[in-house]
Amino acid sequence: MPSTATHTVDASDTADAPLIVMENVNKWYGAYHALRDVNLSVRRGEKIVLCGPSGSGKSTLIRCINHLETIKSGRITVDGVRLDESSRSVDAVRSEVGMVFQNFNLFPHMTVLQNCTLAPMRVRGVTAAAAEATAKRFLERVRIAEHAHKYPAQLSGGQQQRVAIARALCMEPKVMLFDEPTSALDPEMVKEVLDTMVSLARDGMTMVCVTHEMGFARQVADRVIFMADGQILEQADPESFFRHPTHPRARSFLGEILAHH
Amino acid sequence: MGTTFGLGELGFLIQGLKWTVLLAAIAFVGGGIGGLGVALARVSTSKCLRRITGGYIALFQGTPLLMQLFVIYYGLGLLGLMLPAWVAVAIAFTLHASAFLGEIWRGAIEALPKGQFEAARALGLHYLPRMRDVILPQALRIALPATIGFLVQLIKGTSLAAIVGFIELARAGQIVSNQTYAPLLVFTVVGALYFALCWPLSLYGSRIEGRIARATAR
Repeated sequence: MPSTATHTVDASDTADAPLIVMENVNKWYGAYHALRDVNLSVRRGEKIVLCGPSGSGKSTLIRCINHLETIKSGRITVDGVRLDESSRSVDAVRSEVGMVFQNFNLFPHMTVLQNCTLAPMRVRGVTAAAAEATAKRFLERVRIAEHAHKYPAQLSGGQQQRVAIARALCMEPKVMLFDEPTSALDPEMVKEVLDTMVSLARDGMTMVCVTHEMGFARQVADRVIFMADGQILEQADPESFFRHPTHPRARSFLGEILAHH
Repeated sequence: MGTTFGLGELGFLIQGLKWTVLLAAIAFVGGGIGGLGVALARVSTSKCLRRITGGYIALFQGTPLLMQLFVIYYGLGLLGLMLPAWVAVAIAFTLHASAFLGEIWRGAIEALPKGQFEAARALGLHYLPRMRDVILPQALRIALPATIGFLVQLIKGTSLAAIVGFIELARAGQIVSNQTYAPLLVFTVVGALYFALCWPLSLYGSRIEGRIARATAR
């Protein structure tokens, strides 16, 4: 395949062009077909909740958006930048896409503040003072500024996840990806993380969230997408999705999940 | 005529000890730089680099240090490179240490949770800051006890440099022993000097190991 240089799609310059476009994306792990002809378009400011049984490909899908996973075929465009194998396109996309992981993945040898200032300084080239000012602003926002000089191990899971959100926000991304951000948390800490996410949504952040928190989906999602076996089987606004799921797999999934809530 | 073991003889042993320390230091610094390169090559995405450094490690871990010293000292000579003994020995020890440290550090890098690499990538950090700021500080900490363990081995291993005529501590001991006919006394002193050098390092290594174990248990 001839390598195409990173190019800008003209339409993306207009505010109503979609921020993320995935077209006929296919992904394989060896013989396992992890994503099957996935088509997805995310508008600016849109909040999407991805749900589905484990192994349905929802985490894989969002990990393709910032190229943590490579795809076999199809195309992915983020804010007008077509993701190809070139490191230039990958770097361009990653600096605009924030990601929050299930296991926080804070850097344990750095303080909370250092975790937040590293990428802005090394990637954006901002000064230490400017990076710290930005970091403090976002740490304030996730209500954890008083722990700025502690190390991750000294914080609870919920606090660590809020730091991880602040760390991603410090790059001032155009979209935030959340990969099961509350799944590794003790129940009493889920709320503080969800509250942070809700407030982020209220401020207009574009968000793609893999989560089983259906309350969160009801509260903030513009669209709920249901996946199974690597395919998008159903997508609808939360009201319709929860009330009248059409696909039988979605119905049985909701039955199981809501039975426990 | 034999002489008795006195201050002069002790001074001669101390001279040998200086060379032992110097040789170990050169090997450790050279091996540290080389080992870093080897470790990074071993975890790189280039299959070619991984293969080459893999072969290099296999070669140096699979042959005795003594053979390596021989081959490099006489081999370089045969190639027309007439180097002073200490330079040839320093090159041999550097190559030896690079292989072992490279393998120790590769293991430590690979022992880090995948999430650390992913978080660094997701933040847009390029290779250099990703390795320098995120991966290596954590990996080298994990590898510190093993690294110190290897340094202790390296210090003792310098005694093999005597084979190519290099007068370090062990060789100095042999010479003094031949002069004084008091091998038991001389080699007890030599052993004590090695011990004074290695034991504090070992102690430091196990203390760090304990500290890391406590930190990860938390």
